[in-house]
Amino acid sequence: MQFFGSSEISPSPPAPTASGNYGHMMYVFNRNGVCLLYREWNRPLRTLNQQQDHKLMFGLLFSLKSLTAKMDPTSVEKGNLGVPLLPGQGCSFHSFRTNTYKLSFMESPSGIKIILVTHPRAGDLREPLKYIYNLYVEYVVKNPLYSPGTPIKSELFNTNLDQYVRGLG
Amino acid sequence: MPAVYSLYIINKSGGLIYHKDYGSAGRMDTNDSLRLASLWHSMHAISQQLSPVAGCTGIELLEADTFDLHCFQSLTGTKFFVVAAPGTQNMESLLKHIYELYTDYVLKNPFYEMEMPIRCELFDINLTQAIQNDRFALLGR
Repeated sequence: MQFFGSSEISPSPPAPTASGNYGHMMYVFNRNGVCLLYREWNRPLRTLNQQQDHKLMFGLLFSLKSLTAKMDPTSVEKGNLGVPLLPGQGCSFHSFRTNTYKLSFMESPSGIKIILVTHPRAGDLREPLKYIYNLYVEYVVKNPLYSPGTPIKSELFNTNLDQYVRGLG
Repeated sequence: MPAVYSLYIINKSGGLIYHKDYGSAGRMDTNDSLRLASLWHSMHAISQQLSPVAGCTGIELLEADTFDLHCFQSLTGTKFFVVAAPGTQNMESLLKHIYELYTDYVLKNPFYEMEMPIRCELFDINLTQAIQNDRFALLGR
């Protein structure tokens, strides 16, 4: 788990990695599992209603994190499987890939989880996720009208996000 | 540091039928490996549900902070997965090779009962050799 050295927004977004990482959708969860933001750019298949989908996604991340913490082959003391972990505690993961999509995941020290689902051939998206976190800090956290833990309804954040994710492809 | 930390084989219902460790730090007891195997089985299934595009067959590669997990699912639903050092290459071909060994030495063994834990000496011997060859191939590079 990396903690960010400076809270200043990077002057320019990180250069896009390998081509073809077109975004499908993005989720932002807080540490209680509340979905603060859901953006969708290209999603032809929907198997569940939206609320169920968010719950399933949060559950998947939670369980995958306990799986990686327990499976970590480099640490001797791994604790018990299924015990909730604090952000930054235990071995986490940053992405997984299937034949149809790639999911990139980042957790901030305060437990904000940012999930970006892209084309499977997308490159390493850790830097872009940090940039998105910076956007969140700039346009959401610093907004005096925003109360923490409520869904994000910031037009400025959404437009900047859309623009940035489209630029990734 | 070994390239491959451990290998798991799980049957189509999520039960662990084979587990071998090649030098992870700390001991993992049998109950924990059984739990991890069935947890992986469910996560694999959930990842298919969440796909934005039709035709998803589940997680192929999970990149954690300290390891990579490569998974191969055969047509019959048996899953093979290896835990390897981050950035290890050619794990797909290693998994395919392990699948080949499984079909040759486990499935063709008349005493093996389907979906049951694998106890076949020839499989063990050939598997150890395959993992070792893979390690040498890595050192040579």
